[in-house]
Amino acid sequence: MPTTSLRPHRRTGRHTQLSTAPDVPTSATAYKVTGLRVLRSEWAKFWSLRSSWITLGVAVFLLVLFGAIASYTYSPGAATGGPPGGASGDSTAVSLALTGVTFASLAVGVLGVLLAAGEYSTGMIRSTLAAVPRRLPVLWSKAAVIGPIALVLTSIGALAAFLLGAPGLDGEKIALSLGDDGVLRSLAGAGVYLGLVAVFGVALGVLIRSSAGAIAALVGILLILPGLASLLPDSLYDSINP
Amino acid sequence: MIEVRELTKRYSDKTVVDNLSFSVRPGEVTGFLGPNGAGKSTTMRMIVGLDSPTKGSVTVGGRPYAMQSAPLHEIGTLLEAKSVHPGRSAFNHLMALAYTHGIPRSRVAEVIELAGLTSVAGKRVGAFSLGMGQRLGIAAALLGDPAIVMLDEPVNGLDPEGVLWVRNLLRSLADEGRAGMLSSHLMSETALIADHLVIIGRGRLLADTTVDDFTREAIGGGVKVATAETAKLRSLLSGPDVTITSSSTEELLVLGRDAREIGAIAARHGVALYELTPQSASLEAAFMELTRDAVEYQSAPADTEREAA
Repeated sequence: MPTTSLRPHRRTGRHTQLSTAPDVPTSATAYKVTGLRVLRSEWAKFWSLRSSWITLGVAVFLLVLFGAIASYTYSPGAATGGPPGGASGDSTAVSLALTGVTFASLAVGVLGVLLAAGEYSTGMIRSTLAAVPRRLPVLWSKAAVIGPIALVLTSIGALAAFLLGAPGLDGEKIALSLGDDGVLRSLAGAGVYLGLVAVFGVALGVLIRSSAGAIAALVGILLILPGLASLLPDSLYDSINP
Repeated sequence: MIEVRELTKRYSDKTVVDNLSFSVRPGEVTGFLGPNGAGKSTTMRMIVGLDSPTKGSVTVGGRPYAMQSAPLHEIGTLLEAKSVHPGRSAFNHLMALAYTHGIPRSRVAEVIELAGLTSVAGKRVGAFSLGMGQRLGIAAALLGDPAIVMLDEPVNGLDPEGVLWVRNLLRSLADEGRAGMLSSHLMSETALIADHLVIIGRGRLLADTTVDDFTREAIGGGVKVATAETAKLRSLLSGPDVTITSSSTEELLVLGRDAREIGAIAARHGVALYELTPQSASLEAAFMELTRDAVEYQSAPADTEREAA
């Protein structure tokens, strides 16, 4: 495996570069790789792919759609019509608004996988690593690009789901308003969770290096693993289940 | 300048690159030749740190690739396989690479124009033909205004105009004092572009020479002469720089005199010649001869190893 070296080398490397660079008579440029520039590059890479826009759009759309639908179709007393993995028996306005989180988490996780594994499956990684020979700045930058993007947009999506669903719960016992205790915190928490799932997708993509394989692993871990956890003895289950 | 020192790459039991040493020097174009599977691409991948050597070292501009602070300014690379996300446009691909080094947008536009991609810069790379993909790869290699330009099979898929463009490009880069390196499995093509030749077979260095020397050796194959009076002709032709060998009683192979000279001497002394043939091997034939020997040389020890095991 190629080694990665740390920042101090870069500094010293730069000075030797400047003093021993008479090879090329042409330009006295300040071309140099910096962490910020790698981040800028990853940012540009993310937005220059149609798949990023589509996947991100799908994530937010699912979040808003399912949240709003769940709120409008809510009827007290009836068993929750939401998907498995949603809220347990007693729903609140917030839990209904966040019905779509499971679906959004898949979309956002896939987004992270595509960002990382997509480079391996297309061969882009060769160009990337030829430009940035140290591997870690690339990895950090990918995580630093996708995490906040997913966090911000899905937080907005969760907020939108809540606000859109609110009229549907008007007059119900469980209705809440944005100003109520913990509502904003819960909605933002969903954004944080989805941001982290996106970063997790990047991790899987880099480890598995294949889009299909990493997506399969993602689905397995997000959807199947929690169900399997319930097979554990109660004492264990209680301590690992939130 | 690239320094390859005792480079070895082994994948489990297969040695792809075997104790390879050579240099790529500024001011000249180095042709890196070998038959398919000789280890050219692996060597180039190790030069830019995409593979790590099992043994030995590579430095680019005096430093290992991972220690470069501006790798694209030191060495621009085109690797054999497409190294581009097909969903991104040519412009956005180059721009993404440019951002890592703080290369300005104007330089991106410059290399796009240089590579003749202006009309398709906004198109998704997935729709590119092989030749356009090569042009994009070469544009990416030139992006950082590098001291070394290393191209793996650059003329693959290029039209004749493109081939000429690559040839002139490498020439002008070398004339500017930069180092050019291109790999190929075609001797005749490489001889037109390169000054310096590094030939490998089965991962081993076979020849580290100049195109001029290689050509001279390949073409200087001697003259075959057939006559009844071999002994007489032999003494007539002998001289300080002349070697004469004989494979049969009526045939001589003369090195050091050309056919015209031999014919004139024979006529002057009344020696009847039945045949007078310059033995010119083509560059391609000489290259194949060289690499075929290496393959034979390499496979023999492998066999004995297997027998021993």
